[in-house]
Amino acid sequence: MRRSLRFIFQGSLVELNEIDPTRMLLEWLRETRRATGAKEGCNEGDCGACTIILARWRDGAVRYQPVNACILLLGMIDGCEVLTVEDLARGGSLHPIQQAIARHHGAQCGFCTPGIVMSLVAAYLSEPRPVSRETIAECLAGNLCRCTGYRPIFDAAAEALADPVPVDPGIGIPGKAAALQALADGRDLLLGHDDRFFAAPAQLDTLAEMAAGHPEATLVSGATDVGLWITKKLQDLPKIITLNRVEALKTIAEDETTLFLGASVTHGEAMPALGRIDPDLDTLMKRFASRQVRASGTIGGNIANGSPIGDLAPALIALGCTLHLRHGAESRDIPLEDFFIAYGKQDRRPGEWVSGLTIAKPGPGSHFRCFKISKRTDEDISTVLGAFRIELDEERRIRSARIAFGGMAATPRRAAKAEAALAGLPIAAPAEWAAALRALAEDFQPISDMRATAGYRSRVARALLGKALTEIGGARSLTRIQPRGPVAETAHV
Amino acid sequence: MSETSLDETPQEAAPALLEVVHQPLPHDSALRHVQGNAPYIDDILEPEGTLHLAIGMAPIAAGEILSMDLSAVRQAPGIVAVLTAEDIRGRNDVSPALGDEPMLAAREISFHGQPVFLVAATSRKAARVASRLARFETRAEAPVVTVTDARQAGGTVLPDYAWQRGDADAALAEAPHRLEGELEIGGQEHFYLEGQIAFAIPGEDGDMFVHSSTQHPSEVQHIVARVMGRADHAVTVECRRMGGGFGGKESQASHWAALAAFAAQVTGRPCKLRLDRDDDFALTGKRHDFLSAYAVGFDDEGRLQALDIRHDARCGYSADLSLGVIDRTMFHTDNAYFIPASRIASRRLKTNTVSNTAFRGFGGPQGMLAIEAIMDGIARRLGRDALDVRKDNLYRPGHLVTPYGMEVFDHATMLPLIETLEASSRYRERRREVAAFNAHSPILKRGLALTPVKFGISFTLKHLNQAGALVHVYSDGSVMLNHGGTEMGQGLFVKVAQVVADEFGLPLDRVKITATNTAKVPNTGPTAASSGSDLNAMAARIAARTIRDRMAGEAARRLGDRPDRVQFRHGRVFAGEASMSFAELAKACVLERIALSSTGYYRTPGITWDRTTKTGRPFFYFAYGAACSEVLIDTTTGEMRLEAVDILHDCGRSLNPAIDIGQIEGGFVQGLGWLTTEELVFDREGRLRTHAPSTYKIPVASDVPAHFRVDLWHEDNREDSIYRSKAVGEPPVMLAISVFSAIADAIHAVKPGHPTQLRAPATPEAILDAIDRQWSQG
Repeated sequence: MRRSLRFIFQGSLVELNEIDPTRMLLEWLRETRRATGAKEGCNEGDCGACTIILARWRDGAVRYQPVNACILLLGMIDGCEVLTVEDLARGGSLHPIQQAIARHHGAQCGFCTPGIVMSLVAAYLSEPRPVSRETIAECLAGNLCRCTGYRPIFDAAAEALADPVPVDPGIGIPGKAAALQALADGRDLLLGHDDRFFAAPAQLDTLAEMAAGHPEATLVSGATDVGLWITKKLQDLPKIITLNRVEALKTIAEDETTLFLGASVTHGEAMPALGRIDPDLDTLMKRFASRQVRASGTIGGNIANGSPIGDLAPALIALGCTLHLRHGAESRDIPLEDFFIAYGKQDRRPGEWVSGLTIAKPGPGSHFRCFKISKRTDEDISTVLGAFRIELDEERRIRSARIAFGGMAATPRRAAKAEAALAGLPIAAPAEWAAALRALAEDFQPISDMRATAGYRSRVARALLGKALTEIGGARSLTRIQPRGPVAETAHV
Repeated sequence: MSETSLDETPQEAAPALLEVVHQPLPHDSALRHVQGNAPYIDDILEPEGTLHLAIGMAPIAAGEILSMDLSAVRQAPGIVAVLTAEDIRGRNDVSPALGDEPMLAAREISFHGQPVFLVAATSRKAARVASRLARFETRAEAPVVTVTDARQAGGTVLPDYAWQRGDADAALAEAPHRLEGELEIGGQEHFYLEGQIAFAIPGEDGDMFVHSSTQHPSEVQHIVARVMGRADHAVTVECRRMGGGFGGKESQASHWAALAAFAAQVTGRPCKLRLDRDDDFALTGKRHDFLSAYAVGFDDEGRLQALDIRHDARCGYSADLSLGVIDRTMFHTDNAYFIPASRIASRRLKTNTVSNTAFRGFGGPQGMLAIEAIMDGIARRLGRDALDVRKDNLYRPGHLVTPYGMEVFDHATMLPLIETLEASSRYRERRREVAAFNAHSPILKRGLALTPVKFGISFTLKHLNQAGALVHVYSDGSVMLNHGGTEMGQGLFVKVAQVVADEFGLPLDRVKITATNTAKVPNTGPTAASSGSDLNAMAARIAARTIRDRMAGEAARRLGDRPDRVQFRHGRVFAGEASMSFAELAKACVLERIALSSTGYYRTPGITWDRTTKTGRPFFYFAYGAACSEVLIDTTTGEMRLEAVDILHDCGRSLNPAIDIGQIEGGFVQGLGWLTTEELVFDREGRLRTHAPSTYKIPVASDVPAHFRVDLWHEDNREDSIYRSKAVGEPPVMLAISVFSAIADAIHAVKPGHPTQLRAPATPEAILDAIDRQWSQG
């Protein structure tokens, strides 16, 4: 058991033996180290002004990920090099991203600029070239700028990202790979004492033991949600156990019919595999929060926290997904839809934790569609999310339908009545869908909130089901403002 | 007495060569911005012993606090002081003028979250945690929340105001066509990336130095002095830069500066107050939301004959700047169109919500949105292209008098600007392409619109149209520049520095830009109304010229020529063939006892508006622009995508085209947010439900189309503004009305030939509602 947090900052190894479990990385940077380049804009991971880069040793290489320092627990950066805007300029010469932003007048008030610089530097270090405008937009989705209107930032990014991926990253410590590899020691980490601690076990059994031994502890995986309990609700979380160092929970395993994701696989890490299942899932993932949040937030954490919308959960439910839970040495499996009991209530006992999930891939004759409706296209939570898996028989009749919605009830839920009403119908006969569309009103009684009224949600749910059926049945005209992406070669349609 | 006696009026040097002015130079802080070492207030190293403040907020929106138990707050760890209204040594008033905004509410509560006590602690987190531990006993009343509520309740923060031109009733009755309607216009949160912040440091003799992120340091100074019970001269307010302002720090930075200074006064320690983002949303005013009800009469071509309109605005609990804001709504209800007979009325409604305030455009956008929606309505009624209707209604010779009586003397810019954009954006071809697309696309519809902007430049409160500057030349020839304008990202500082550099013939880097500071330039107006460079560059030029002319006298003496033949260029001073360096001359002037420091003062000429008599000229000139936008909507979900934007905008002879293009693009996108994704939702208890970026959605990168073309209209300002440039801060916001209009056009395509009714912001739900209405007609 290691008793000190270790990471690299401004060229030196930092070892901290005592930290408050609720200390945020941004607070440590700005208050303790007076590194004020990263700004606090929102304190909830939405504006990106605090974006920094974490360099980590993962899968045999150094990975660079932009993250929001405001909602990242300090204890979670063990084994990383923390790169901030202060690390970029060398001997008076600016990083190519900095140069390009200055040259293109990409900063006005300048408050968001360090965060934007860091998001783009992360892309500079690892984004495969060439980089499209869409990818630049995706890189920037987590960075709000209120002054420029983004055009000069696009231009700056396009210019700088025309450079090849650098062989030598040129920022932070030299010999990064060896140094970071040395820090990835696979030892369990415990900071504090029995009453107040931050634990970052590296071994699965240690995690299981600690979680069972401290059922009142807060389990945190990416802290993109738990972070806000601290920064916004001002909750004191005296005992925190993070899952993010357990290698065994980071497994991604795939075969012909299933995809397994360990609980600590981040959204970013899961994206390629999920995207290959269906282009709509790829789009959904790209619209899921931001790169910063996807780099921290995990699939397991997203499910475990049971958001009523849970942008990903409805899609997984429609596909068919088994959730794996563990408590101490015991494991159990349940269908994902059964995990969500009521608002804020999941089928998870104290001390029990999500260990992973298995997703059923659509096979031949199986059609998947998924639509996310939100006020803003990128970096917004769904108003309504509709996901549809329709199995057609050889006569193009609906053999079975799995339909799940987010934002329509207190939990992500299946539309049992609509599913039943669709069974046996010919897919190409819109006139016969009426009963199924009507059935949605029995399946869901949504609420009105700041995102939309109940009436809108109901109308849109019907529209989305209609749209899915129209598309699968073979639409003769355009059906969406953002065309459905190309089907990946390995995916079944 | 020598020739260079300061008692004599100095002779003028030769006019400045313009080598820096008009150049597309970068923002003065650009290199620091990208390196993260441009300090904002929260980045300033705090002195030992600094206390951090947090606000205790009222748990109700209306009613009374009967008692407040602060014992748990006082006992919380790290707490140094807990302060209430009783501790205030001066006046409990942070309002700009009317005395209707307590710094800490003592009993009566006017909006949800209103500050009622202040916590000072050794850390910000300790202060925030403690601030939530108060126990209240309250008597809550049902709050007045929306415009509709306020109409029923009937309260106002200021008297109703209206003006008339001609006989609107008679003209309406006689008009061949008539449309009536009501437009719902949403508000907008500023979402400056740097939230409100102030840092007060006590000095000797009870003096106070306040770092404030403010557009109006002088007003902050006066309000801080007021709450401290001290004279203005005891308070110095400084602002080097803001991380965005947009009007949100014009009047509403004062409160936080006052609280910080109050706590510093009571505790004797430096005190910093930085609002958490959610608290900033809850505690600061926004763009006013409106219900604007109108009746309009027009002829067979769609030419306006009469307009009767009343703007009902939600002002919140106090007057704040609502007098001027809503006046500007009225001033821009004509936009670019001649209205022969009109009655333009306004109500400033009182609600139990935060006090709405300045926001880029200052009420103008709402007035303009109303008339543009009317233009679209007229076009649909007559089956004409909306652009033709717009063009036919423009101010034109013989039809130049606005509803407020000012003549649009520079009208001749508008039509050629529109027609240039009409051609360059291929409006007519695209109109046909859109129609062809819509004919074969039942689910998706395209929409297209080209809308103009005419925006009046000057504060409509006459006394604000003044500015001061202070320029020093040091003996090494370096220049320090200071003026009353504040930098919020808009590039004011570099523009003013460009002007000063050219006066002295120096490269820009010889001019040091310094923080706005009330001890250097007093009694300034806010940096607002797009007027920052118009006013401050003029004042700075006057200051620089005064020094330059003195220096020219000495140069003439040394170089053996006349002062009016002395020219300052490239860091040297020339008289014919002879020359000396600027630094040598500066040194020489010091030795000859010639003053190298000067103030400069400017007031805008020709402004005569009198609000009481409703006569005179409110604006020095107008800024013009036009935008063409195309959208695609999904008629089953209400989703919208902005496909293309073409803008042509008039900055006069731009002081700095790079900065100006940045203002145009940024303003447009801010307007885009106002009209599409940014929705403020209050609940029945008066709580703002969209109080953070998780729920309140300003545009992100992907909301901006790949085709986003901005061109400048190159035409000198007809008025003698600073180097014939035009103000550019606010007008571009209203270019985004083209997007709203294009969305309405796409909705109209669902069932053409019927009126379209769309509310702002055009969220997916608002669009779908309008589509449903469109279907249900006829």
